[in-house]
Amino acid sequence: MSGVRVLVGTRKGAFILTSDAKRTRWDVSGPHFAGWEIYHVKGSPADPNRLYASQSSGWFGQVIQRSCDGGKTWETPGGGVTMEPGGPKGESNKFVYDVTPQTGKPLTTHQWYDGTQHPWEFKRVWHLEPSLADPDTVYAGVEDAGLFRSSDGGTTWQELAGLRGHGTGPRWQPGAGGMCLHTILIDPADPKRIYVAISAAGAFRSGDGGKTWKPINQGLHSQYIPEPTAEVGHCVHRIALHPSRPKVLFMQKHWDVMRSDDGGDSWREVSGNLPSDFGFVIDVHAHEPETVYVVPIKSDSEHYPPEGKLRVYRSRSGGNEWEALTKGLPQRDCYVNVLRDAMCVDRLEPCGVYFGTTGGQVYASADAGDSWTPIVRDLPAVLSVEVQALP
Amino acid sequence: MIRVELPAHLRTLARVDREVTLDLSGLVTRAALLDALEARYPMLRGTIRDHVTAQRRPFLRFFACSRDLTQDPPDAPLPDAVASGAEPFLVVGAIAGG
Repeated sequence: MSGVRVLVGTRKGAFILTSDAKRTRWDVSGPHFAGWEIYHVKGSPADPNRLYASQSSGWFGQVIQRSCDGGKTWETPGGGVTMEPGGPKGESNKFVYDVTPQTGKPLTTHQWYDGTQHPWEFKRVWHLEPSLADPDTVYAGVEDAGLFRSSDGGTTWQELAGLRGHGTGPRWQPGAGGMCLHTILIDPADPKRIYVAISAAGAFRSGDGGKTWKPINQGLHSQYIPEPTAEVGHCVHRIALHPSRPKVLFMQKHWDVMRSDDGGDSWREVSGNLPSDFGFVIDVHAHEPETVYVVPIKSDSEHYPPEGKLRVYRSRSGGNEWEALTKGLPQRDCYVNVLRDAMCVDRLEPCGVYFGTTGGQVYASADAGDSWTPIVRDLPAVLSVEVQALP
Repeated sequence: MIRVELPAHLRTLARVDREVTLDLSGLVTRAALLDALEARYPMLRGTIRDHVTAQRRPFLRFFACSRDLTQDPPDAPLPDAVASGAEPFLVVGAIAGG
């Protein structure tokens, strides 16, 4: 590996941070799409120069950006300037829920905060997950929760309507941040097996490439909903897996850190000795499938680290026993949050770990979490962090 | 020749200067103007009007000749000064947010 490229989405633009494999000196590029909210930027595993970015604004709505040169230049897919009739249709930001009888039930409402039914309304793309094999195929998790797929490089999008239509959709409800589909995991051993997670509905699994879905929330316990062990309604914040063991899943829920060893059929709590089991991010070491990282947050009403100490917690035993990683991180007066898409690991040796904060810092560890250094300190609030190992 | 002024973020998105010009044939209405704008700059589709309903996005308004035209019917003729190119048609974002 020649180096790494860290893709950072913030409230006011995207930034690209690059380094050689030592990961000690960094070049910072950006802001790209200055002034726009960038919920997520992610590269294709099949072509590291192919990047996708979700750009949005309360004024102008959703825009999808694509780069074919590693983020040097960007384009809106299928949206170039035209002087001729019949030119590009500019549909790369057209996310229309599928309500046709042919592809599932014409489902048009979900549960609102007050328990009444509310129409599904597209708001933004939270997460873009490129296919493992095809740079032109990419999945989008959106708010209000739904899963879309593009097979033409983001030019057009089609909903995988079986997720909303499998039966529990009318019982899904928004969390405080909206009803968002924020996690998309593709099983490297069987790409037709896809996991998604929705706040506040729970986790779901497809075994046929996204046509049909089932809830996988058995074992979750959420005291803040009328039926704490309900089939759906759980506020799952993030799920992670290791590519070598794709049926072992780790989950950071609203409260509780959870683990499944059977592809989500059942879950057990592994919060163990964490100072708080509330949090947003969770990820797995690139080379050690039992090594897991979380960033505990004080509570659902106080979104900052306990005691004002920013600590990553690492378990080397797949949960339950956790150690605080503090070297290089502020250990007093720190009241930032780390949002659900804002942690990732690289594939280098030793494994690199990265996370971004709502205070605008992006921290990197080139030694699997033993020590940390801020790559940048003063970005806008960080919404997402992804990393690519460059060939 | 119709002149259209876009807000800063849409100018960046379309990679244009403050003002763009369009040629329209027939009656110059807001709907026809926006149709022509989106046809020439497809990346703007969905950013001013909803893709499906063609409804104005809530935080945008339309002005020309010192008048707020936002609530006028989309098929109403625009002022002669806009149709002749003497005055620009303004797409304005609400001054709100951070």
